[in-house]
Amino acid sequence: MKQLFDRLQALFGVTDFERKRDDLAFLKVPKDHAEMLIRHLRDHEGFSHLVFFSAVDYIEDDIFRLIYMLHNYGTRDTLGVHVDIARENAGMTSIHTLWAQAALYQRELKEMFGIDFPGSPGVDEDFMLEGWDEIPPMRREFDTRAYAEKTFFPREGREKSDPRTHMRKQFYPNWGEGE
Amino acid sequence: MSDRSRYPELVDGKPAVDLDSEKYVKLWHGPQHPGITGNMSLELILCGDEVVDCKTHVGYLHRGFEKLMERRTWIQNFPVVCRIAVPEPAFNEYLYAAGVEELAGIRPPERAQWIRNLNLEMMRLASYMAWLGGQAGAFGNNTIGQWTITHRDYLLDLFEEMTGGRIYHMYMLPGGVRSGLPDGFEGRLEAVLQKCEKLLKEIELVLLNNSVFKARAVGLGYIDKDMIDRYGITGPNQRACGVKRDLRKDAPYLVYDRLDFEIITGTASDAYERTWVRYREMHQCIDLCRQIMARMPKEGPFHEPLPNVLHWRIPPGQTYVKAECTRGEKGYYLVSDGSLYPRRICIRGPSYTHAFPVMEKLAIGTDIADIAGLMVSLHTYPPEIER
Amino acid sequence: MSRADHKTDQELPNDGLTYPDTEYFCKTRPVPVGPQFEAMEAVRNWARANSLAVQAFGTGCGAVELRPLMTARYDAYRYGVTGSPTPRQSCVFIIGGYASVKTLKRIIVSYEQMQNPKFVVALGSCTVNGGMYWDSYNTINRIDHYIPVDLYVSGCMPRPEALLAGFVKLKELIKAGKCEGANKYLENFDWYKANQKKIIKNWNMPDYNW
Repeated sequence: MKQLFDRLQALFGVTDFERKRDDLAFLKVPKDHAEMLIRHLRDHEGFSHLVFFSAVDYIEDDIFRLIYMLHNYGTRDTLGVHVDIARENAGMTSIHTLWAQAALYQRELKEMFGIDFPGSPGVDEDFMLEGWDEIPPMRREFDTRAYAEKTFFPREGREKSDPRTHMRKQFYPNWGEGE
Repeated sequence: MSDRSRYPELVDGKPAVDLDSEKYVKLWHGPQHPGITGNMSLELILCGDEVVDCKTHVGYLHRGFEKLMERRTWIQNFPVVCRIAVPEPAFNEYLYAAGVEELAGIRPPERAQWIRNLNLEMMRLASYMAWLGGQAGAFGNNTIGQWTITHRDYLLDLFEEMTGGRIYHMYMLPGGVRSGLPDGFEGRLEAVLQKCEKLLKEIELVLLNNSVFKARAVGLGYIDKDMIDRYGITGPNQRACGVKRDLRKDAPYLVYDRLDFEIITGTASDAYERTWVRYREMHQCIDLCRQIMARMPKEGPFHEPLPNVLHWRIPPGQTYVKAECTRGEKGYYLVSDGSLYPRRICIRGPSYTHAFPVMEKLAIGTDIADIAGLMVSLHTYPPEIER
Repeated sequence: MSRADHKTDQELPNDGLTYPDTEYFCKTRPVPVGPQFEAMEAVRNWARANSLAVQAFGTGCGAVELRPLMTARYDAYRYGVTGSPTPRQSCVFIIGGYASVKTLKRIIVSYEQMQNPKFVVALGSCTVNGGMYWDSYNTINRIDHYIPVDLYVSGCMPRPEALLAGFVKLKELIKAGKCEGANKYLENFDWYKANQKKIIKNWNMPDYNW
């Protein structure tokens, strides 16, 4: 895996190599090189299996971190490729030509995070939600509890208590300062 | 099949269908339909009774798990994850526990690993039982369903004894399992396994050698070897085309490296072959359960003490854990940012690709009567797609 | 336009439909049918209670326990409960747990298509108050705000025994003439419709699916 990283560093400027397990590693690549890198990994390094493709919302850094998880059946290595993109007008190059299921992941990302993939087939269609007109639900600023209480009819009498405060009240009524 | 003039021309592999020409019928197969796997739907376009276009729709079971898990503490998520796949919750529990253990640096005790492995193999057998009933029922052989669901129920009784829950066990919490095995469990497990073995023998005679089943399933839904990587097909669907890949062997987790088993493969890669591969895997599950019971340590701790779970902060980091569930590779990607709540948990379900691009491709050219059988033979499960 | 002029309170607006579809659907408001003849009604209720046909729509995870229930182990046929593939021929609708917004739309269509008498059994805690998914953006909290429920079976998920007990209870209720959910739905039709339209954003179907 280390040699692979050195090779990729020379070619694509990948950074932040993190080796998690013997068979699992993560690395980061600038947005512009991402598609080329993934194509290279698939065609020349044997990472022929797209395990999944998703995103993590880092709202405090104002970025979405896309993660392409690739697997190499020959060496049995799994490699996670991170790509940081800006949260505003989020968009990314589509990889639907590389894997058939990629279009589906991109459709999900468009709906759940609002990340656009121009050219990906069916990317604007509804995937799981129907007629959703709020901000995309998987974004961190979307408050699902407030939305649920506003939209649906919560049954009265149902108590919602945080287990921490509840147990503190129950078992440690004289709890001092701090945690 | 010689005269294709009645059927639409293919443009880029997709048929050019003009619905206004009144040559085609649009038909919704599901969600309210007995022949669909779970709550999902297929939008079929028919020419006569041949399917010329198929589009999968999901979202009927979307509960927003990934969002809900970001709002709950690490231990609160533990009872949530098993709800993601109803017929086989154990794989979700195991993967979540394994991921959290890896992030938090907990090593579960030896005995817990064996018990987990036993639970997973029993779950696999139970899930295949339910599936086999569905596969036979899709081709009109409803007796098999009566048998297999009943035998699955015997397994569920064992689960109830072992974990306290029939469907949702909430058994493998991070750090180990909730309890050891009850007294005399081995004997009762053996009795059920023998019942299952007897049933499987019967099923081989009644279903797998049945000329009607053969006539309908042979050649149905052929998956080409080239499609495997391009579509990300995993599990028995992949093994039925002769590709020898199984995470239990390739990336051994739990105690699979100490058990003796072979990867079961087929060659013909059609619905019949997939049934056959899964049928043999059921025998393998029975064998593995016996091996585990014989080699399992009988004494010892089954749970590693956790820190106070209400204040449980997991060090920042990310990991991806995977396991071979009945349908293929199931994986959990967990990101922790050091707070009480997970940053992101992303679930990779094998049905994601089986129900969408693969199903949409295989359905073209099939008869409408075979759609249910084809769908079941891919063993798709919608809650895994939409979470 | 003449059609708009004739629109009265008794007609359904069918606002969600576009032109060719408006011609296909009936605008008449459904009317509740009360018990007509006391003695006859008791006989009818007895007959209804002993032939329950469950609609084959697994709306949520509770559906996984319907298969053991209907097959050899628990065998609900003993109680006169059977399955039915289409809404038109069935009289019991089992809401199998949580209903997402997308499913709710299909539940409403299927429910309205069912012929009278019809009964609704709701399984699981998530139909009562949202259960485990009470704060989810896509699952409703209380099913009884959208369709009338005759019987709840609690649990997550309810065991087949609980379901059988639920069916026995449902029969008792039917025999006692207390399962008037279908009429309740029509009497409070506007309230139910308003609740439904509040969360189903793209309402592209008629207001009542005959």
